[in-house]
Amino acid sequence: MIPRYQKIVFFVLLIVSIGMAAYLVRLRERAHERLLRGEDLAPTTAPAVAPAEKATLMVANDMDGSLVTEEQSLPLPKDAEARARAVLEKLLDIYASPGALHPVPGVPRAVQQVFLLPASGKETGQYRGQLAVVNLAGPFADGHPAGIEAETLTVLSICGTLHANLPQITEVRFLVDGAERKTLAGHADLTRTYLTTEAESSSGTSAPDNAGSGVKP
Amino acid sequence: MWLLAATRILAGTLALAQAPAPQSVSRPTRVSSTQPNQAQTPTSQAPTATGQIPAAAPRPNRFVVVLDAAHGGDDSGAQLDNAVAEKTVTLALSVQLRSLLAARGFAVVTTRESNVDVAPDARAQVANHVPAVACVSLHASMTGSGVHIFVSSLPATVPTRFLAWKTAQSAYLTRSLKLASTVNSALEHSSDSGSGAVPVLLARTSLAGVDSMACPAVAVELAPIRDTDRTITTQVTDSGYQAQVAQALAAALLAWRTELQAESLGGAGTVRQP
Repeated sequence: MIPRYQKIVFFVLLIVSIGMAAYLVRLRERAHERLLRGEDLAPTTAPAVAPAEKATLMVANDMDGSLVTEEQSLPLPKDAEARARAVLEKLLDIYASPGALHPVPGVPRAVQQVFLLPASGKETGQYRGQLAVVNLAGPFADGHPAGIEAETLTVLSICGTLHANLPQITEVRFLVDGAERKTLAGHADLTRTYLTTEAESSSGTSAPDNAGSGVKP
Repeated sequence: MWLLAATRILAGTLALAQAPAPQSVSRPTRVSSTQPNQAQTPTSQAPTATGQIPAAAPRPNRFVVVLDAAHGGDDSGAQLDNAVAEKTVTLALSVQLRSLLAARGFAVVTTRESNVDVAPDARAQVANHVPAVACVSLHASMTGSGVHIFVSSLPATVPTRFLAWKTAQSAYLTRSLKLASTVNSALEHSSDSGSGAVPVLLARTSLAGVDSMACPAVAVELAPIRDTDRTITTQVTDSGYQAQVAQALAAALLAWRTELQAESLGGAGTVRQP
């Protein structure tokens, strides 16, 4: 027979546990809401007051699998993360425009955030630089055309564009809606870190041993 | 008293959870020691083998080719013309190519023979169970033009006794690049038989299944043929186009076998060496 006081202690502990769990869930929701509010405060487009600067975009072409350098003049913020986001938004606008050589359906705020972190880098200094974490919107990934070529070109053009405008970026990782996703649209691996050198040497018309390499698993 | 009962119920639940689950897989799959835990169980039926040999025990001195029809089951892949899914085209191409290769004396192992979903790690597991001379992952898409041949974008490394699961392909990269060149050449010559020319694109990519394959591996993506103003002239679902590509791939693998045989005769060692 269990003594009465033990029953009372058990129930009290049970109620406290449930209460703490509910409180933790609520705290998590609040943190998420705070994050989303912060995201809304981030500049969604380059401020018009900023002077127009030349941005280099690596625009993909589905027909020959190449990345073509294209100069665009657009107002760019000074902050590196906002700047990275602005150039990527411009790149994806080009893909969403009619007659694009690499058509990808446009969605509002396709690039939710770009975070710049120190690259994990090796001691040799080969990978010294910054890691860009690109957080894509779920609807963008969901609506992306499925196919090895299409997905690879999108990933490489993002890597190449980031490196062309912010040369300190040497590595790129992708998130979708803030979480890791296995593939972009069923093919291109998004679980790995891409090196920007892969995009630099990417050329679909060349022999494969001339194409980029250098995966960091 | 009831606390004791609750403890017993909890203990019983734990015992049930630890009991082995009923196997839905007809053949247990051997797991490589270098393989991640999550890849230990294929998500669907066991891989099948054709060409008169079982998948796990290929007959010696036969050239084994692994055909991987991408997607399947709930994973439809890309939506192609006339609402045909990529998984349907890849399976049709795999079946067609399997017959052509079997007729040429190859032993063929396929990752799927029906509309079932097979995880990328399970596909690599099938390829790594046999001493394959070539692994071909078949895909289809609506973007681009012609046939796209992809080799892993992993950097080439020196083969070691133990390979990391996620980057096993890096040890075979040199051979994979040669295989891609052979496939490219065969596709470029496929119009010699009277069929139309097929544009070919060679590139590199990162695919979870292919990156884990310990064999010379290429991913072949079938796309519609377009003219210069990007109008589709031949659809992916065109049976003549599929047959032309299947014939070209079979010819490529035949040429690949001849190359390997010549290397073997030249004292280059066994064909399994990366």
